[in-house]
Amino acid sequence: MLSVKDLSVMFQTRRGAVDAVRGVSFDVAKGEILGIVGESGSGKSVTSYALMRILDAGGTIKAGEVDYSGIDLKRAAERDMRDIRGREISMIFQNPRAALNPIRKVGHQIEDVLRQHVRATRFDARAKAIAAMESVKIKDAEERYNAYPFELSGGMCQRIVCAIALACDPRLLIADEPTTGLDITTQKAVMDLVRDLIRAREMSSILITHDLGLAAQYCDRLIVMKDGLIVEQGDPVQIFSRPEHPYSRKLVDATPRAGASVRDLLPAESRAPEPQIFASDKPLVEVRDLVKTYAGKSGPVHAVKGISFTVNQGQCVGLVGESGCGKSTTAEMLVRLMDATSGQIIFDGDDIAKTPARGFARDPRRADIQMVFQDATDSLNPRHTARQAIAEPLRRLGKMRGAALAVRIEELVGLVGLPLSLLDRFPHQLSGGQKARVGIACAVALDPKFLILDEPTAALDVSIQAVVLNLLVDLRAKLGLSYLFVSHDLHVVRLLCDHVIVMKDGQIVEEGPAHQVMSHPQNPYTKSLLAAAPKPPERAAALDQLEITDAQHSALHDKRAS
Amino acid sequence: MLTSFPRLRAILLRLAQAIPVVIGVVVISFLLTRALPGDPAVYFAGVAADEASIEETRVAMGLDKSLPVQFVRYVGDLLQGDLGQSLSSGRPVATDLANRLPASLELTLTALILAVVIAVPLGILAATRPGTWVDHLCRVVVTAGVSLPTFFTGILLIYIFYYLMGIAPSPLGRLDFIYLSPDHVTGFYLIDAALMGDWETWRGAAKQLVLPAATLALFTLAPIARMTRAAMLTALSSDYIRTAKAAGLSNGTVLYRYAFRNSLLPVVTTLGMVFSFALGANVLVEKVFAWPGIGSYAVEALVVSDYAAVQGFVLAMALLFVALNLVIDLLYTTIDPRIGFGAQ
Amino acid sequence: MSDTTSTDLPRQEGTLDHVLYVLRANPVTLIAFGMFAFLILSALFGPALVPYDPLATNASNALQPPSWAHWFGTDQIGRDVFSRVIVATRLDLTISVAAVAISFVVGSVLGCIAGYWGGWPDIILNRFLDTIMAFPLFVLAMGIVAALGNTVENIIYATAIINMPFYARLVRSEVNIRRDAGFVRAAKLAGNSDIRVLATQIFPNALPPMMVQVSLNLGWAILNAAGLSFIGLGVSPPTAEWGIMVAEGANFIVSGEWWLAVFPGLWLMFAVFTFNLLGDGLRDIVDPRKRT
Repeated sequence: MLSVKDLSVMFQTRRGAVDAVRGVSFDVAKGEILGIVGESGSGKSVTSYALMRILDAGGTIKAGEVDYSGIDLKRAAERDMRDIRGREISMIFQNPRAALNPIRKVGHQIEDVLRQHVRATRFDARAKAIAAMESVKIKDAEERYNAYPFELSGGMCQRIVCAIALACDPRLLIADEPTTGLDITTQKAVMDLVRDLIRAREMSSILITHDLGLAAQYCDRLIVMKDGLIVEQGDPVQIFSRPEHPYSRKLVDATPRAGASVRDLLPAESRAPEPQIFASDKPLVEVRDLVKTYAGKSGPVHAVKGISFTVNQGQCVGLVGESGCGKSTTAEMLVRLMDATSGQIIFDGDDIAKTPARGFARDPRRADIQMVFQDATDSLNPRHTARQAIAEPLRRLGKMRGAALAVRIEELVGLVGLPLSLLDRFPHQLSGGQKARVGIACAVALDPKFLILDEPTAALDVSIQAVVLNLLVDLRAKLGLSYLFVSHDLHVVRLLCDHVIVMKDGQIVEEGPAHQVMSHPQNPYTKSLLAAAPKPPERAAALDQLEITDAQHSALHDKRAS
Repeated sequence: MLTSFPRLRAILLRLAQAIPVVIGVVVISFLLTRALPGDPAVYFAGVAADEASIEETRVAMGLDKSLPVQFVRYVGDLLQGDLGQSLSSGRPVATDLANRLPASLELTLTALILAVVIAVPLGILAATRPGTWVDHLCRVVVTAGVSLPTFFTGILLIYIFYYLMGIAPSPLGRLDFIYLSPDHVTGFYLIDAALMGDWETWRGAAKQLVLPAATLALFTLAPIARMTRAAMLTALSSDYIRTAKAAGLSNGTVLYRYAFRNSLLPVVTTLGMVFSFALGANVLVEKVFAWPGIGSYAVEALVVSDYAAVQGFVLAMALLFVALNLVIDLLYTTIDPRIGFGAQ
Repeated sequence: MSDTTSTDLPRQEGTLDHVLYVLRANPVTLIAFGMFAFLILSALFGPALVPYDPLATNASNALQPPSWAHWFGTDQIGRDVFSRVIVATRLDLTISVAAVAISFVVGSVLGCIAGYWGGWPDIILNRFLDTIMAFPLFVLAMGIVAALGNTVENIIYATAIINMPFYARLVRSEVNIRRDAGFVRAAKLAGNSDIRVLATQIFPNALPPMMVQVSLNLGWAILNAAGLSFIGLGVSPPTAEWGIMVAEGANFIVSGEWWLAVFPGLWLMFAVFTFNLLGDGLRDIVDPRKRT
């Protein structure tokens, strides 16, 4: 149905020509779901933009052929392309709310497409738009018709985007990272819907994603791209169990999955032995009946409704939940950037909730509790070099100057694995992984006791995530830290944490030892979370390992308990 | 009840916000003109007055009372529509302003319409054809436009079109003395003449209007073109335009129904700011072209310290502007459905 | 994607290098800085270098068109227009720089307070700014100068007052955007108090957009001062100032003596144009993201 041969795409940038795609060839058969997987910069999205001919102004198709059912997409006139877009080939994008016109009713947006491709007239457009909404399983379609995007949830917006894309019954649907940014349960709902619709209409589809596990679960065939080239193609199970190309092997290794340990995420050559960490029984942080209530636009918002938990010394506790559950609010209160409405936070014997957030910067305990932020780019001052950023806590709290300061900075930089030569760069001159390391260096600069990690790897490519997660494990062992690891990614939490707390709507719904909660959840919500997480096919070797590691975990747990 | 109509609540809130502003405006204009140099009592009492009669006049005008008391009297008069008596014309200031306001409004509105008709398409074209001559023209217009001193452009235009080329009439006001002004219906000569069917007078009035309106329009062109271009560029690079293109919508639909409507929002906001500049520049243009509007009225009044007239002028301008901003904000709530919901 | 970028970057450039790079990269900026340098030099050395005394009258030589002796001609009482135009640079630049400096400082402080802490200071500031901006700004300037008197200081104060709301609003919104940014929270974790965070972290990051506003305002302040002088509210004759010169020259343009008004007007445009072009260049110098 779709045949791409030697496609090359070039962008004209201020720094000269950049080859985003360098000779890519693949086919999509009728009724097939093809997954294109790659990290950022691999050229996966650019490929699909190229065949739809919606590249940005600076991009051109340098070479290659694109054939869709006999039509030459590369040479087709713009008018013909406009006919094809939406009617034959459709696309859905990341960030669904931004993909909809914010000041136009969603129903009208669907109508626009129907009328453009002459699938409806002025009179029956509304009825057909409502029918399109119902086909993507939107309940109360008539009411939702008049809604604006800001009134709808992320998942609902994505359904509308799907409705627009499928309104004219296209034959090929291209989905460019459709679930990035959505909650896990919403993610599953959207992917299931898309797959069901595709199968029901006997369409073909291209799913573009960075999540190898997701692609493996939903696609018939996979393509792995790196730096504008295809490095491997094939059956998902085969790629997962027996990856041939070193890069695909690296990606498969780095994808967090059940039964793997943190070290398994790294390429085989880089696996140092995993450090042994023993959490003690002594509590370091005790949270008692923590409550946070905001004054919202339409009444009070109960973000956190009275939670209690403990983090022992040396322990790594995972705090899991979807967006809006209150985990980030809890993290902010614990690190004293925000005041609680009521409740106690007992740190090393003192109730630090009593000290207001505004004055905590001058409290002697400030250095003991630090945080690693989610978005490393946002957490670094764009005007400060890496050196200045790491020096900041050392100057303010550590009162260090001159030679002592320089020595300590070099020490820290070595600890986090950042090359010395990068110290004088600005954040915009550093890569995502390098920025993450700087953020970690800032956090551990003053030898804190307790580190709160707020989704520290959410914005990173999966191979970089592997490296950073291993770094965090090593640091914890080396420096004797205790972690509170906040995340929505269950697999990651399973890898790192001893103890897991699941939150929903401001309350704790389940907690317990990590391997127990993950493999034998009691609460229905936890069960639904686990069911929604993408399950990549197990590696052949890993299947054997699974039983061994589970046994090891149980043995370790018994040892700690005694 | 109000919480179920967020839009209504937003509108009422906006109206309520205007009240302290109006109060502030009244206070400030009162204070400003009380600080004007020159003793109005002396002027009013006449040239031959002596100490006693000056004092009498002062008491009669209430100028001997303390400032707060004067203020209360002032507000009381205001609420009855009494803006005081003009010293130079002898008539109530309110009457003077009412007589001269249509001239200024005709000038400003014509200029704004002219500016919008040129600037908005220019901005759209520049945004849709980046790097072409249209884009460069737009940039030049914008940068030059904000550099132009209004009074100077007016003078320059007079020199070129009146003195050198002789195609513009002499800059002596709204209508050459050979014409009779049309019967007063709205005070707008163009409308009144058209209503009367008097096309000769209409042409005469239009000829006089061209240069001053062009001068004012040149001044307001720049910010409108700049904002239109910037807003269109932002809109065109948004995700929802990518969705629209990927769905195969035609260029016209994408441009107008999707991009332009979204960029209307910041453009409308800019219009408010532009109107403020225009009202200020009005004063200058009226002086250059001897246009009998409220701007030149104020300048004449300032020269002779006719405090009631100046006060009335400042107040009138400010209230006009507050009313206009209110209208623009309310217009905004009809364009943008997100207002009142806080969501972005 | 590999985790390392090239580690053999040439030695990190200093501030001067960066300034030179910005000037080289954008020719328009270079031209703007050249024009700006010329203006500064005229202001500083003009009065000492001009051929004639700007106040010296010579009735027999009145209304002479431009010639080799008098490059811009003479005005109605025989004064050399060229000398007057150059000397006026100092006065007009002083007024605009002083006014913008005052409004920048006051506006920034108020905007920082309102943008960072919100609450009552924010509400009061907003109402205050609304009231100022409720007046067509030139009209307000007119009113202030008329009330306080025709002196250069009062023109500066009036211009500063009407300019201030722009800065206050801009700073308030820039501070507000960054108030919850990651690096602000990181700075608090590093032990910085609120004031320190505001002064050393947030405000410097708000500077690049403000630079554009500063240069636009410099141009606008000159136009304002000239406009006030034009209607007789500004500097009084016989002082040389561009606005007054255009006003006096306006009377003569309808009879064909164009040089009295056109040259000061063109110079005025030149100065304002320079400042407008400078804006982008200044922003590029101050913005660390423009460093490669």
